[in-house]
This record gives sequence, structure tokens and C-alpha cells, in this order.
Amino acid sequence: MDGTSVQPGLDGSARPWPPGLTRVPFWVYQERDIARQEQARIFQGPVWNFLCLEVDVPNTGDFRTTIVGEMPVVVVRGDNGAVHAFENRCAHRGALICLEDGGSARDFACVYHAWRYDLCGNLTSVAFRHGVNGQGGMAKDFDMAAIGPRKLRTTIFCGLVFGTLSSATPPIEDYLGEAISARVRRVLKKPVEVIGRFIQPLPNNWKLYMENVKDTYHASLLHLFFATFRITRLSQGGGVLVSESGAHHASTTLAPAQAADTTYRDAGLRSDNASFRLADPGLLEIRDEWGDGIQLQILSVFPGFVLQQIHNCLAVRQIVPRGVDAMDLHWTYLGFANDTPDLRALRLKQCNLVGPAGFVSMEDGCVGGFVQRGTAAAEDAESVVEMGGSGTETQTTRATEAAVRGFWKEWRGLMGI
Amino acid sequence: MTEPATLLRLATLNTAYAACIDADRLEDWPGFFHERCLYKITTADNHKRGYAAGVVYADSRAMLHDRVSALRQANIYERQNYRHIVGMPSVGATEGNEISAEAPFLVVRTMRDGRMDLFATGVYLDRLREDADGALRFTERLVICDSSRFDTLLAIPL
Repeated sequence: MDGTSVQPGLDGSARPWPPGLTRVPFWVYQERDIARQEQARIFQGPVWNFLCLEVDVPNTGDFRTTIVGEMPVVVVRGDNGAVHAFENRCAHRGALICLEDGGSARDFACVYHAWRYDLCGNLTSVAFRHGVNGQGGMAKDFDMAAIGPRKLRTTIFCGLVFGTLSSATPPIEDYLGEAISARVRRVLKKPVEVIGRFIQPLPNNWKLYMENVKDTYHASLLHLFFATFRITRLSQGGGVLVSESGAHHASTTLAPAQAADTTYRDAGLRSDNASFRLADPGLLEIRDEWGDGIQLQILSVFPGFVLQQIHNCLAVRQIVPRGVDAMDLHWTYLGFANDTPDLRALRLKQCNLVGPAGFVSMEDGCVGGFVQRGTAAAEDAESVVEMGGSGTETQTTRATEAAVRGFWKEWRGLMGI
Repeated sequence: MTEPATLLRLATLNTAYAACIDADRLEDWPGFFHERCLYKITTADNHKRGYAAGVVYADSRAMLHDRVSALRQANIYERQNYRHIVGMPSVGATEGNEISAEAPFLVVRTMRDGRMDLFATGVYLDRLREDADGALRFTERLVICDSSRFDTLLAIPL
């Protein structure tokens, strides 16, 4: 089979995957069977899924609801101070237990038949368990402990709460690796607070968005705003760090060199337009809060989490798959709790750069859909992921697709494809 | 009791504002604002919780001009247009020479292939003041969207 792996299709026929990591067949974004298997093998597999921020659940009883893959999950601070997470599904008939985005509760009760759960997700009472007037009710040996929503193991790293359904998932810092862990610590160096939340539904398979996040090659080509204002260009210093496993990445852009740079103009690329200047350049002001000259750091944690520092604009993004050709991107914009008023004001201005209306991220909202639509009749064709070689190693250039290849290395390993 | 004349002025202004955007005369859009102003698009949930960030946030008319320049020259998005339906404004308190008002809105987005979506509904929370020529302009327009979801992207302002 010359190294080509084979994936059985829905009709039982085998689908070839070209050898190596430089080709990705388009059926991976299209098949329902793949999407279904991803739920079990990826999201419910040996991965850490982002659940919420620790500041979302500061006190006992504080909860937030979230989604892991397609699984609804309740995250709650327990009596012992630990953060618990359990499937938001009543053990009785499967209804959602918790219907709010967040709040505070002493315990949880399913609205359907009032079955109750403690803050750890244990079933604690069944309404009319012993029947009414001696009639009806559950069997005498009915064991509440034997049923209940699935529980996730949680971990907290730098104020981020992650959860996993697998006992095989290694400790978070081993999962991320030393280098990526250090990059998370760098950004989240002190307590944060939420300054806004937005949801951006995208018309594409979730993997296309994650590839886009890891694709350091596109940033200054698709996003003209950045390139024109020298916020980032490939000829600026920086690079991409890829974890040992390939699963996670952090790309960085250093403060620009002052020397004139004609790389783009010489190549005649669309993204250099000298006539474009801002009337109010206030949002381009940058404070070096980290003291390391890194203007921009985009970090991803497999399978669906992004930590973003674009200048002084901080956000976490959570990818929520919605079937084969749709997903939701959950944005949470952050500041530090001890921001001075003028630093906070700068962050609010810089929020214009990101999100659904972001000067530099708007295009990321539609480009995945362009691929989804462009490949509609090309399930057996392949994308070319060959920039910067064929490996997944850390590189000192962003003109590479190493982190995208890393994603596929991890994805294929877990999917067994 | 609001003066009918004030109500009419606000309704006329809102109509002109909506027509400016819907007819793709975006270069005229910043002119509805004072030089020092606040224009923000956010959600009802963020507004209620006091979260200050917006998906669009401009604290000067120049920033609104920049938004239009970026749309015209930098940003990539498929051809689309809006149809704003703005409800009757209600006029709040007047403080000094500043009027507060609000008006509900509904925006339908039509894509280049003809697909139409109910893109946004919400309320404009406005503060207005006359300029030197006596024309009403916004010192503040908070676009409070009912939903937390913004489909695909928000390019054209609301």
C-alpha cells in the first residue's frame, strides 16, 4: 500500500489518504461518518477541551454551560473549591439539566421530571421515587449511583478550565509540552476579567477554522489591514512553534524592523497599498505589556481552543462543531483585572481588529466557507499543504504550513486514519 | 410628552441613516456623528452585564471613516447589502443640549446569490446634540443586538 492509509467510506468502499502530511483529501470536511467518529475519538478522546475561564466560576455553586464537541456540559465550582464538569443530560430521559449560560446554584434539577443533581453531577433525588400513596415509583433496588451524566475530569491551567472524558489524557502541561505551556503562561500572567462575549457561526467544517488559525502563511496575504500597517508581514521577525505531537502551536510576530520592506510590493501582491492610511491611528498604538517585543501571538490547543494576543487585544476562542459544514466560534474578550483605565480603553479600541467585524479577522469568517463551497464536488481531490516542507517542526519563519501539518498528524493519529 | 417636532426630526434622521447604509453611501455614514462620539455594536447580554467591548467600537468620527476605508480598500467579503427597518423612536430625557432617544431596528442581509437572512435585530440607544448648523448628530449610538450571534462576519455597519 506504499504508506497510503485507507479509510472505509460509508458505503464500505475504501478511501485512500495520500502518503505523508502534505495532502489533505476534501472528504474529511464533508462526511457525516467522519464527523460522528470525531465526537468519540477526538472530542471525547484523550484531549483537553477548553470548558470556561476560572473567573467564570469563582465561588461554590457558580456554573457555566459549555459544549465539548457536540456534548453539552455543565462546569461548576463545588463545595470543596474544585471545578467539576458533567454532561448536561439528565440520567432519566436525557433532557438538558441546566438551561442557563451561567449563574449560581445550590444544586441542579431537571425541569422535565425534577430529578436532582449535586454540584458534582451526582444524581441525588428522583421525584416520587417511592411512588404516591404506595403506588407507582421506582423499584426498591433502583440505584441512583449507577446512573448519571458522564463526568469529565477537569484541570485548570493559567485560569483556563479544561476537561477530558478520557482517563488516558496526560496532565495538561505534559499534553501541551513545555514550550507551548510557557507561551500560555506568558499571556495569562495575571488574573483576567471578561469584557465581552460574542458567537460567530461559520459556514464551514470546524477543521477548516482550526487550520486557518494554524496557517501562518495566510495572515499577511488574506488580511490586507495587517500587511498595510506593518502589523504583521511574513518578512517581519517571528516564527511558529509546533508542539512535539504536532497538536498545538504558537505563532509569534515580533515588532517590525524600521527598515523599508518591499517584499510584498516587489511580488506585486494585493496586500500592499501605500495609499491606505488611518485617519485615527489610535488603535495601532501598542503597549509592550510583556516586555519581549512580541506584538502578536496566536496559540492553539488541540482540538478546538485558541488563545489570542493581538497587540493588547486578548481573547480566547472556542470552536464548537455544528455538524459537517457548520460551526460556532465562541469569542471571549479579556482584559486584566488590574488594567488602568487607559490600557482598558486601548483594548476596547483594539477589539476592532478581531471578532466577526475585525479588521484583521473578518476574512477568517468567510474563507472557510469559500473552501467548503469550493470543494463541494471535489471530495476525492486534495489540498496542498507543502509550504515550508513536509514536517511539523518548529520554524523561524511564518511562510510555512508546519502547524497545519501538525494538526493533521494529531487528528489522523486519534482517528486511526 | 415629547414634542411631535422632535419625534419627527429623530425619525427623519434614522430614515436618512438607514438609507445611507442600505444604499451603500458608506462614505456619508460618519457624517451622522459628531467628531467626538461613541459608536459601538454589542449584544443585549454584554450590555446587561456591563461588558464594555463591542464587535465594532469607535470613539471618534475618524475611526468611523477608517472603518469605511478598511471596508472599501482592505477587507475581503462577499458582496452583500442590508435593508434596515427602523421603528418609531422614543425620546428620553434632555440633559442640557443633549437628547437621549432609542429606536428598534431590524436588518435583513441579502447576499450576492440572493440568499436573504434576518441578520440582526435590536435597539439603537442614542444621544444626540445639534451641530453648529442646527443639524442633529449622534454623540453616541450604541447598537444593542438582541442576539449574541453574528453570522459569518459583520462588514457593513448597522
